[in-house]
Amino acid sequence: MNKFFIGVMLLIGGMLSAQSGYNIGDTAADFSLKNVDGEMVSLSSYEGAKGYVIVFTCNHCPYAVMYEDRLVELHNKYAVQGYPVVALMPNDTELKPDDSFENMQLRAKEKQFPFAYLLDEGQKVYPLFGATKTPHVYLLDQDRVVRYIGAIDDSPRAAAEVEERFLEDAIQALLAGEMPDPAVTKAIGCSIKSKS
Amino acid sequence: MNRNYFIVLVILLTLSPLSGQEWTIDRIAQYETFDELEHILEYDNDTTYLINFWATWCGPCVKELPYIEALNKKYKDQAYKTILVSLDMRKQLGNKLVPFLNKEQICSEVVVLLDGKAHRWIDRVDPSWSGAIPITIVYKGQQREFHETEFHTTAELEEIVNRFIKKSTNE
Repeated sequence: MNKFFIGVMLLIGGMLSAQSGYNIGDTAADFSLKNVDGEMVSLSSYEGAKGYVIVFTCNHCPYAVMYEDRLVELHNKYAVQGYPVVALMPNDTELKPDDSFENMQLRAKEKQFPFAYLLDEGQKVYPLFGATKTPHVYLLDQDRVVRYIGAIDDSPRAAAEVEERFLEDAIQALLAGEMPDPAVTKAIGCSIKSKS
Repeated sequence: MNRNYFIVLVILLTLSPLSGQEWTIDRIAQYETFDELEHILEYDNDTTYLINFWATWCGPCVKELPYIEALNKKYKDQAYKTILVSLDMRKQLGNKLVPFLNKEQICSEVVVLLDGKAHRWIDRVDPSWSGAIPITIVYKGQQREFHETEFHTTAELEEIVNRFIKKSTNE
């Protein structure tokens, strides 16, 4: 009986986790969120985009910070090829004052982010994606179909030790009209902070 | 339970907490690769292990440590062992991790995993793990539970651990 009960719980748990958020092949809903420059940004406002590099990131998480320079490079290289980085900050800013809109503005200025850095106000967007941590990447194609989910590369701690550029390889694959492989990877990150 | 084994275990448990002893870098096992660390997830004996992946830079991790420590103290006479796996970075071990352990008077065993290629080992810890910390694994032999969550009370943890410890006394 006990085992059966645990089995049922596992099954329900598995179903829930499989259903929460986008999987490869799902179409992401567009959103309209406030950028650090005060303007509202949605994916449809990117003219000529061939896709979107959605990155859930934030100010406070060391793993997110370690990727800032690499995201800047990635955007500078691929925005002109049709794949802009769109950074979303998903944390509850009351729980993490470091991630407040004002602090996002400061960080964007300090690091001269060439990409949009959007506040997921009310934390409505990250659950749709199923993002669980920062940084967490979703690469969408032109039709907002999810083509890659996961890590930026294989070495968060040391840019010099990167051997596999998962995200860049995935963008290259889409540019070549192919499907990214791997389409899903995992990395260590900071859990997204929410009160519920 | 085998009586001799139990006596040995009690001796080990009384010797191991090193209570009051200062934390130094030498007291902390450092694992360069996940391969070297993996054995701590696979001990096959009558002890219940609680393995927690955390880091000093992780807010929710630091917040739940007192509950893990409290249970560790409460169950010090049980066949129960806590291992805290720190994901702190190499250059933070001396200037952040060690001072933190002393300040918080941590008594659990602490090890450090320095393997930065996390995509290779996240699924080996548990396939359902998203990669966010903290996580807690409780296991005894082949029985195992994985929790990707932050604990807010000692009782929450105790309820989980009791599912393992109670079983050994029933058998």
